[in-house]
Amino acid sequence: MNYLTQRLLTFPLVLLGVSLLVFFAIRLVPGDAIIAMLGTEAGLLTDAQRASLEAYFGLDQPIIVQYGRWLAGLFEGNLGISVTYGKPVLEVILARFPLTLELSLLSMLISLAVGIPAGVFAATRADRPSDLLVRLFAMLGQSTPSFVVGLVLIYFLSVTFRMLPAMGSFTPLFEDPIGNLSQMLLPSITLGLSFAAAVTRISRSAMLDVLSDDYVRTARSKGASQRDVVWKHALPNALIPVVTLSGVEFGYLLGGAVIVEQIFALPGLGRLTLDAISQRDYPLVQGAVLFIAFNFLVVNLLVDLAYAALDPRIRLGGK
Amino acid sequence: MSTLLSVRDLRVGFGRAPEDNEVVKGVSFELAAGKTLAIVGESGSGKSVTALSVNRLVDFGGGRITGGSIALYRPDGTAVDITAADEPALQRIRGREIGMIFQEPMTSLNPVHTVGAQIEEAFRLNRGLVGAAATRAARDALERVRIPDAAQRLKYYPHQLSGGMRQRVMIAMVLASNPRLLIADEPTTALDVTVQAQIMALLAELRQELDMAMIFITHDIGLVAGIADDIMVMQHGVAVEQGALDAVLDDPRHDYTRHLLQAVPHFNAGSAVRSDGTARNAAPIVTVDNLAVRFPVTRGPFRRKTGAVHAVDGVDFDLRPGETLAIVGESGSGKSTTARAILGLVKATRGRIEAKAGRSGRPVQMVFQDPYASLNPRLDVEALLAEPAIAAGQRLDATLRARMVFLLERVGLTREALPRYPHQFSGGQRQRLCIARALMLNPDVVVLDEAVSALDVSVQARVLDLLIDLQREFGLAYLFISHDMAVVERIAHRVAVMYAGQIVEIGQAAAVLGAPQHSYTRRLIAAVPAIERRRQHFTVDVTQVPSLVRPLGFEPPAAKWREAGEDHRVRVEESA
Amino acid sequence: MDLLKVVLRHPSGRIGAAIILIFLVLAGLGAVGLTPHDPLKQFVVDRLKPPSLTYWFGTDLLGRDTFSRLMLGISESFIVAFASVAVAATAGTIIGLFAAWWGHLWDGVLMRTMDVLLAFPAILLALLIVAIEGAGMVTSIVAIGIVYTPIFARVVRAPALAIKGREFVEAARTFGSSQGYILTRHLLLNLVAPLTVQITLALAWALLTESGLSFLGLGTQPPAPSLGVMLAESKSMMTRAPWLMIFPGLTIMLAILGFNLLGDALRDILDPRTQGRGA
Repeated sequence: MNYLTQRLLTFPLVLLGVSLLVFFAIRLVPGDAIIAMLGTEAGLLTDAQRASLEAYFGLDQPIIVQYGRWLAGLFEGNLGISVTYGKPVLEVILARFPLTLELSLLSMLISLAVGIPAGVFAATRADRPSDLLVRLFAMLGQSTPSFVVGLVLIYFLSVTFRMLPAMGSFTPLFEDPIGNLSQMLLPSITLGLSFAAAVTRISRSAMLDVLSDDYVRTARSKGASQRDVVWKHALPNALIPVVTLSGVEFGYLLGGAVIVEQIFALPGLGRLTLDAISQRDYPLVQGAVLFIAFNFLVVNLLVDLAYAALDPRIRLGGK
Repeated sequence: MSTLLSVRDLRVGFGRAPEDNEVVKGVSFELAAGKTLAIVGESGSGKSVTALSVNRLVDFGGGRITGGSIALYRPDGTAVDITAADEPALQRIRGREIGMIFQEPMTSLNPVHTVGAQIEEAFRLNRGLVGAAATRAARDALERVRIPDAAQRLKYYPHQLSGGMRQRVMIAMVLASNPRLLIADEPTTALDVTVQAQIMALLAELRQELDMAMIFITHDIGLVAGIADDIMVMQHGVAVEQGALDAVLDDPRHDYTRHLLQAVPHFNAGSAVRSDGTARNAAPIVTVDNLAVRFPVTRGPFRRKTGAVHAVDGVDFDLRPGETLAIVGESGSGKSTTARAILGLVKATRGRIEAKAGRSGRPVQMVFQDPYASLNPRLDVEALLAEPAIAAGQRLDATLRARMVFLLERVGLTREALPRYPHQFSGGQRQRLCIARALMLNPDVVVLDEAVSALDVSVQARVLDLLIDLQREFGLAYLFISHDMAVVERIAHRVAVMYAGQIVEIGQAAAVLGAPQHSYTRRLIAAVPAIERRRQHFTVDVTQVPSLVRPLGFEPPAAKWREAGEDHRVRVEESA
Repeated sequence: MDLLKVVLRHPSGRIGAAIILIFLVLAGLGAVGLTPHDPLKQFVVDRLKPPSLTYWFGTDLLGRDTFSRLMLGISESFIVAFASVAVAATAGTIIGLFAAWWGHLWDGVLMRTMDVLLAFPAILLALLIVAIEGAGMVTSIVAIGIVYTPIFARVVRAPALAIKGREFVEAARTFGSSQGYILTRHLLLNLVAPLTVQITLALAWALLTESGLSFLGLGTQPPAPSLGVMLAESKSMMTRAPWLMIFPGLTIMLAILGFNLLGDALRDILDPRTQGRGA
């Protein structure tokens, strides 16, 4: 229990650190929030009007106080009001979250469904032509940025099928499954293939390591078949590094794959944050970054729980 | 007696061109049903590869049989040519007809499966048992190998068991199918001496009960004296001598066999100790007084102290100039912790350690166990030898280099070693480098923490001789930590026996080793394999090592000692 | 150096090193201006021409030679990549080393700080920094450098802890060697192997991120060509002038591939398990 409680304690600490960092960093960005809000019209404000606007948004208080008030608000679930949208930050974020979540899950699914079998296959045929082929593809895949993959996919789509992927507003899954999936298909494949390369490589190398471990030799000496050896003995042990990688992937994806969202014009979290930064929408930036970091840390925690589930040495402690 | 296994001119090689990279170069032997063959050799002899070829496991490690034949005979008279068999046939043979146990029990069991699941798998593969029947069979198997609380232990994971217990689990798995042949590849090398004796006893008993033939691989020729019918000595991939046990041990023909029997340290129950000890009343150069080293045990997220591991508890001894005091014990005895405390690597919780300032500022130096890990692989020998001097404020100049060359020659190396790197030397040579390094500052005392334990037996002998010479030449005192009684007998003047963090017996080597008084010392000595004890009946005993964890504030009762002779003290034992 | 020879014998190492060498040459030539055409000059007459003998990789909407722009773009990207990895490697190694060496409280504090940085998705952190400082080459260097520092810290900390417990470090303590001596001669020297592998892989990642940043318009600013910018510009003319997308895309891929291959080869060679365990 020591291991888990330790992890649970560092969670809020790191989150606090993130909140500090983003709060003060965004305020380092040059440009006044008021100007960002109103544009050139800000120049037409009288001093009194400006002062009252600042008071309304709490911008006239000392920084520490502003931070404190924001932090206090967090405990109530209140992340502030977005300057750009005029709505509660949480609401704005949650409106975009389902898309990002769906994109992340689909991409993860694709990368694992392609990567793990490919890696295991390559490991069992180590150094033979089929292995080299898999490694070549994985290497190429890992060296290709996701936006290149995305652009290439769009190109083929437009050249072979003479059509562009549906872009624009998001159709939720439960309202219109076909429409939704057709919109998500290309972006998830883009992200999924990029990560599949990494998953393949790490599955392969973990499998190779494990296949040369002593307990595999013991299993063979008992008369276990190759299939038993690979799937029952080796894979559960080899999955451990794959789980780490997948966790990191998923955390990253939940942060909104900004570039892919940009290419496919998807209104996800990544673009939301990008726009918020350029619009100096302090509350939205703070809220979005905190939300993303929170997700990332939750995913990390889940990965640690997965470790404990997979590896009894961690679950039960040593002798 | 029917022949079970017939190996003719076996050749095994590795790598892309195995014929050019042979590790086993034409080995032949026969094994009759129910008999035990011991294959003895040092590292590089090819003994393990020979064993792994019998069930063709060598194929999975990159090896290939390049010549010869291996014939396995069945009770109905038919024979299987192992070298030509295909994988499905081999899978049926493995486990069912040929079982195997390995050297490292820690890594030989799957860490994510319970012990019970792994034994049940053996039953499923070889006897077709599933479900409750398999579980019952697994429990019976555990009981057969004398594991207490068998039903509970089925649910344990390998990391929750001790080394000895893991090895028993391995044996239980092998027994699942009642194989006619058991291959044991150094099964006890990684275990403590008393645990080793227990496992050997278990193997002897089971072999008898099941009429199982056994191939026993080891580097310890004394060990096989108790269990083998025939013996084959291997060196550099060939069998240099083989035959019936008595014939080979009593009348060795080949030089190498003779070397293994005579030059290598063997335990002689105290009759071969050194006689050149220091005067009894010389002033001690190191005094250890009531030393205790305790490591706190914490619980919960706030690291609350709930107890302590009493690694060392109330240890006193003196070390006199020019003598060797050996501290013997098994894992968990506290001997290494004591050595580390003397050098300041570990903080003593209590007690006094006094080392008389002698010829230099740092009178106590240390040589460690692992010759591969005690030298920085990225520094050349000159830098490695210079480090202690530089740390003491000296400069790397001609005088220092002269001293390096002097010491290198003294330990049997040459000045050519200076620009080389550690990986260019063998294990024994690296240990010599460590000894030279320890002597750079002209110490009075050298602590040798299992310094020869990681070396091959013939190399051990030479390094021990070197140490004895250096002791005489430089007037060094040695604190020699070891678990190996044969080695201790060779080098020690006095011996201290440690158990569960305390000294239980201390005195002149001849007395302690020849006429042990404490029950633990007796058990320890009885467990040491010796050539004289041929086919001795090993008594099976399951005494476990006591836990060293004590509640907070626990103080052990004051030690009571009795004299058992001049310079021979024994701790009085509590009546149970 | 022996290492170089061993790397060249390794198949991936050979290819990776060759690719990187070619790119370094191109980058160097591009930086000093030895390009077939002036990368910034607009040959208005020859706009959107496919690859030919005059314009090896074709021209873009403004009539600029793609090949020359690529050369300049490579040098820009490489400068950012090398500089940012230098920053990250130095900062990360120092942090990871001291976290491992001092242990306990300092370890906790330093690594939690690294965790905070890691909890920021890389792109967003880079975006924030770029927003603060304004887009440009130096900002990209700083941004990528800061983002990658925690990864170096983590990568250094684990082996540093392992080495700290090895017998030769214990031996050094028994001699009374100074902390500085132990940290440099014993720890750092033995960290060179994992560091080299990580640096090579970091270079691959830095190139990837830099191109991503300039794709979003946050890296090197036009008219200075950058691989990402060229790709961004190519999107609208994908069907009319596919070469504007293909060549920059291939270039980025090859550059990253080169470093990945080299990193892989180094990892194989320097794997501690295959390290010289002599006779």
